[in-house]
Amino acid sequence: MSGPQESSTPALELVDLDVAYRVRGKNRRVLRGVSLVIGRGDSFGLVGESGCGKSTAAHAVVRYLPRNGRVLSGTIRIAGKDVLALSRAGLRRLRAHDVAMVYQNPGAALNPSLRVGTQLVESFVWSGVAKGEADDRALDALRRVQIADPSSVLGRYPHQLSGGMQQRVIIAMALAKDPALLILDEPTTGLDATVEAEVLELVSQLQAELQTSVLFISHNLGVISKMCDRVGVLYAGRLVEEGPVETVLNDPRHPYTVGLLRCIPRGGTRKDHGRLDTIAGFLPQLGTETPGCVFADRCVLADERCITEEPPLVEVKPGHATRCWYHELAPDLPRLTAEAITLPRIDRQAPPLIRFDDLGKVFKQRGQEVQALAGVSGAIWRGETLGLVGESGSGKTTLGRALLGIVEPTNGLVELEGRALAPLFAKRSHEDLRALQIVFQNPDSALNRRHSVGRILLRSLEKFAGLKGAEARRQMYQLAERMRLSERTLTQKPAQLSGGLKQRAAIARAFAGDPSLVVCDEPTSALDVSVQAAILNLLVELQAERGVGFLFISHDLGVVRYISDRIAVLYVGRLMELGPAEVVFSGTNHPYTEALLSAVPTVDGVARERIRLEGDIPSAADPPHGCVFHTRCPRKVGAVCEEVEPPFVEVEEDHWMGCHIPIDELRRLQAAGAPAGDPAP
Amino acid sequence: MTAVEPAVGQAAATSEARAARNERLLLLLRTPSVVVGLLVLLFWLTTAILGDKITPYDPLFDQTPDVLLGPSGEHWFGTDRLGRDVFSRVLAGSRDILLVAPAATLLGTALGTAIGLVLGYYRGVVDDVASRGIDAVLVLPVIITGVVVITALGSRSAAVVTLLIGLVFAPLVARTVRAAVLAEVELDYVLAARLRSENGLHIMFKEILPNVMPTIVVEFTVRLGYAIFAVAGLTFIGLGLQPPSPDWAVQVFEYYALIDPYWWATLFPALAIASLVIAVNLVGDGVREVYER
Repeated sequence: MSGPQESSTPALELVDLDVAYRVRGKNRRVLRGVSLVIGRGDSFGLVGESGCGKSTAAHAVVRYLPRNGRVLSGTIRIAGKDVLALSRAGLRRLRAHDVAMVYQNPGAALNPSLRVGTQLVESFVWSGVAKGEADDRALDALRRVQIADPSSVLGRYPHQLSGGMQQRVIIAMALAKDPALLILDEPTTGLDATVEAEVLELVSQLQAELQTSVLFISHNLGVISKMCDRVGVLYAGRLVEEGPVETVLNDPRHPYTVGLLRCIPRGGTRKDHGRLDTIAGFLPQLGTETPGCVFADRCVLADERCITEEPPLVEVKPGHATRCWYHELAPDLPRLTAEAITLPRIDRQAPPLIRFDDLGKVFKQRGQEVQALAGVSGAIWRGETLGLVGESGSGKTTLGRALLGIVEPTNGLVELEGRALAPLFAKRSHEDLRALQIVFQNPDSALNRRHSVGRILLRSLEKFAGLKGAEARRQMYQLAERMRLSERTLTQKPAQLSGGLKQRAAIARAFAGDPSLVVCDEPTSALDVSVQAAILNLLVELQAERGVGFLFISHDLGVVRYISDRIAVLYVGRLMELGPAEVVFSGTNHPYTEALLSAVPTVDGVARERIRLEGDIPSAADPPHGCVFHTRCPRKVGAVCEEVEPPFVEVEEDHWMGCHIPIDELRRLQAAGAPAGDPAP
Repeated sequence: MTAVEPAVGQAAATSEARAARNERLLLLLRTPSVVVGLLVLLFWLTTAILGDKITPYDPLFDQTPDVLLGPSGEHWFGTDRLGRDVFSRVLAGSRDILLVAPAATLLGTALGTAIGLVLGYYRGVVDDVASRGIDAVLVLPVIITGVVVITALGSRSAAVVTLLIGLVFAPLVARTVRAAVLAEVELDYVLAARLRSENGLHIMFKEILPNVMPTIVVEFTVRLGYAIFAVAGLTFIGLGLQPPSPDWAVQVFEYYALIDPYWWATLFPALAIASLVIAVNLVGDGVREVYER
């Protein structure tokens, strides 16, 4: 398909691309003069926060914009073909042969009513393979994406596959036609860390093998740094910086890139090292036109010139360009948020704030018993954050909800300051309800969309602090000020607020009653990194001020490391490891924790040697016998792992683990590197 | 700021609500079919309110010797058996139905909303039983239920019809509201309210009700069309409004046997019913579209 004369033309070339959405009769620009070139076999990463135009770019490339979207000007060339000049039939041929896309949600990309095999074979037939041959090719393709038991997968329906397997099938389909360009739009965002790592590895492996050019879109700088050669930073539809991944991430020259990188807790920073830096303000409204730099209103360096005059793209180093008048100042961008913060010392001699002992929860689902939580014990002290990590289905949320009394534990005990709590919140005293609060993952669901923020806070103050009238309102203003919510925000409803402000309002509500423990269930996972940083800062400040304890649930290990004093690792409802954050992140680990930590792509580039986990996370409805991790454990010692559940014991001071391998042996093994017989690339 | 009497939250909430309402209203008025429906509705409302003040003849008592005359310049829609002007009677005929149908719908919607909230919020055994009961009610056409109940009661009046249709509609509305409430109950704000020990009444009416209001508004407009139809249907079989009311269905009931050759006494009131039902449906469709966008 790709002749020798074509291989010199770039896989994708965008020249001055302007794309707008027509909203209320006006064109609002979402991409502003975007130019980029992806050479054959290269991989280009596009990063930016939500609303910056990443997905619009991906869709525009194949002319797949929503009905109100249009390309105003510019050129798009895929493998030398002018996409905008193509006829309908030509466009169809282009989509069929030259370009493939993989989206975020693999479940939605597969037809739920057709077998995987049917869909896969179809994609081969489309690319011109004979019917008889297509069956074999489909099987081959599944082998190539390393799906276990490919012939049985062909006969299954999409819903019978896990998310990771679905995404592999999609990748197999995308590569069926040996495309010149593969567009990946947040392909691993919905996947668990260990699964994500495997999919990413697969993509880079296949890319190297097939010499496919890749446009990789992600909000996750760590993923981009792992996957791409070059990266472009998109802000408000403008490509503000572009260059090789290492230089852009290690020596960024645009204030936005600098700010973005500072928002991420990286290199092992922890809350006691200081606050995270943030970016002021908000993304401009869709289609706002300005004569100057798009980032000027949020930039610390901005002056008159930035507001009136658009900076050109200047090359700061060969191949590394930025769109800033003051790019030489950018690396030393003044901090926006003061770094210093003093955290109170946690008094671990005192009795714990909350203690849970042997907590278990069995859900009954269609006659089946699902052990969501088994024998989980632990404690949180005043002013302490216990980070809870684990992949989906590991029981993180169930543990949080068991403490709050939202789910009734099947067995076990929860004690608040030495008093046993009723298992269900409905039976708990008003005082206990006030003391334990929650910040939900999704503020859209957590805030009543018909109530203004002020009304929401007022009600909580009335209920928890027993305040009425003027005093309640005074407290409301005080609370709002503490959470940096403006008076205007108080009059607004959630739909009128940005994600960050909504989450602030939700946090404010949780703190209305001055609680002693707050369960934070993925409070920042729906937010962009710059907003996430501000929310994390707020939580840490509140902890410093009020000595509140947090149970912080997150799948983002960087965030957990930043905010936690101690970390608990859950797997299929069981505690695998519990210990001080630093020990868990740097020390000798449970084999599962070891694999989990190695799976996470970091911005810093110095990744651990990847440990591959075979297979999928087992279902809690049918957990493996013995150690629940033995089915995937790369360090399994033998029959004992399959038969005996290892006891959860203190292996070092304050460091607990449930593994048959003695700690000294683990230390020796882990110092020696990744498990033998499993060469990590 | 502490001197401001209504709590900031509430004052703000009402102004926000007003802004949202205004925007929806504007959208409605930009839809041609809604405008047509509204104009027709407005016309019938005017005639209902002004009644015999605008009719060329008295719809009830202006009896002339000219009985059963066909349409002419003098009597546009002809005259009936008692020599009354059909045009005047059609104009005056909207009054009763425009009282009974909205009242019945309002009753049904209010009752249905309350039932739907309780069933959707508490669920459990009561919900299971009640939902099956509602399904049973759905099986029976309104007219059949009406025939049985009114015959059993032995009394025929506007009040009875209103009550009957309201009660029949309540389970239907309840079913729709319950479904909307079920979706709301899953949201975390309801859990948050329970975690601050709010009672069921507060959660149902203060937290959930405002969020299912769009569903209720849509349900009301849709039900209103059905209510007009039901009232007309019951009246037509002689169980609803009674003569001498100039109600359209009463007229149709009285004259459909004489349709050949005295077609005008049936056709014009029937057209009037049709125009009202269509108008309400046009508005209802528009409202649904605006709310469910």
